[in-house]
This record gives sequence, C-alpha cells and structure tokens, in this order.
Amino acid sequence: MTVADLASSVVELEIPARGEYVGLARLVVSSLASSRRTLADDRVDDLKLALSEACTNAIEAHAEVGTEEVVVVRLVEGDDRLEVEVEDRGPGFDPSTLPEHPPVTDPERLNFERGLGIPLIRSLVDEVSFARVEQGMAVRMVMFCGPVTDLDDEEELAWS
Amino acid sequence: MELGLDVIASDEATVLAVRGEVDVYTAPKLREKLVELVAQGRHTIVVDLEGVDFLDSTGLGVLVGGLKRARSHDGDLVLVCTHQRIIKVFEITGLTKVFTIHDSREAALGTPQPS
Repeated sequence: MTVADLASSVVELEIPARGEYVGLARLVVSSLASSRRTLADDRVDDLKLALSEACTNAIEAHAEVGTEEVVVVRLVEGDDRLEVEVEDRGPGFDPSTLPEHPPVTDPERLNFERGLGIPLIRSLVDEVSFARVEQGMAVRMVMFCGPVTDLDDEEELAWS
Repeated sequence: MELGLDVIASDEATVLAVRGEVDVYTAPKLREKLVELVAQGRHTIVVDLEGVDFLDSTGLGVLVGGLKRARSHDGDLVLVCTHQRIIKVFEITGLTKVFTIHDSREAALGTPQPS
C-alpha cells in the first residue's frame, strides 16, 4: 500500500475527554469494523472493548493533569489490518512497570478495583503497542482483517 | 446512554437488574446503587447482567468493590449472566474464580427452576 493510499484510509475522531463520549467512540469503531472489514462479530466485540479500555485510560490521564484537550481516536485501514490508535495528552506511563494484582484466589484481590484495562487490551487485540508521543501517550491496537471486498457485496446481494 | 437499575427485594436476597452499557460513564451509578443497598442492610445481592449489552473493566471494578463490601458484612454478591461476550470479560481477567456466575435468577436465588 502506498503512502497516498494509506493517507486516504484514515478516519480520525476527536472526543472530549469525558466518559459520556466513550460510547460514541465504541459505536464509530464497531460500525467501521463490522461494515468495512472482514472481522467476525466476536472480534468486533473484542476491539470495541479494547477501545473502551484505551479511551477510559486516556480520559483518566487527562483528568490527572487537568487538561481540557481532546482525545484522538484514529482508525487506519490497511490491506490486511485495521489499526485503532488512541492518543492522549496525559502524563504518560511505562506499560512494562504496571503493578501486578494478587492472584484471584487471594482474598486481597478484592482490594483492587482498577488496573485491568491494559491486560484486557493485550489479550483482546492481535497486536498492541504503547508509545510516548510528543505531548502524551499513544496506544496502537491492531486487528488483522482484510477489507470487505466488492465480491462480498455481490454475494450479499445475491442472498438478499 | 442511561443505565437501567431495578431493585427486586425478596426474603432470600436482593436482585439488582442492570440494563444497558456499563463503562466509565455509567459505572459510578452502579457503584452508588451497590453502596446504597449494602448500607440498607441488604448484604446478599444478586446482580442480574442479562440486560447488559456491554461491560468493561470499569464495570468489573465496581462489581469487585460490591463483592468486597457485601462480604465485609458476611454477605455475598453473585451474578446472573448467560451472554458469552460479557462472561468472556470475566474469564480473561480471571474473575470467574472470584464471582459465582449463575445462568438464571432462579438458580442464583436457589429456588426451584420451572421445568
């Protein structure tokens, strides 16, 4: 895929860093994934959940530093993948040094209500990377899936 | 999106039926309701998730907090859920070992199921 192709396949959504907008981001991402990509329904659900976790972290990061800036959700469609990037303007973090929870069988486990987001993202998407960007943090999540082809459209028509 | 929270009290337990999406926006309302129930002396709680379309880690955290609160009063908090996409969130995080998940409200309440 050439750079020009790639640039034309990017959808960018800017959301205010408030909880009420996470549902909207989920809708946009799941609609695009299910209408334009060959991704099974349960995998669309996985992506939706991962996106929700990333947006929640971004919103909390913004609250931490008290910024009014938007959170950017970027969808990049490639031949063999759909990339969803969530970029914040928070203080940033090192994903390799996140504290571990006690094992679930330990009664102490009930003292931990948070910190499940990153492990969830890691197990839900095909690839994930965390990068510090100029003014914050970017979480890039990848699902391997092709675009819905014209052939599929014709098949759908034939069945309808 | 609004979160639906219906309380159905019985002798055995209090059922909290949740409807809608549980995320960073709606989870505080669920937390508030669970805190309220425990404060009212309702320490055996069945959270029915059958009407929940979406639940993320914010919702899991609130349920973990509710379970802790109920158990600190010698009570318990159990779940009702048959939707695989919701159960999956508990499985991935290992929380199926922390929560008892029933497939019906009747099973959670321990009453005979209609045959």
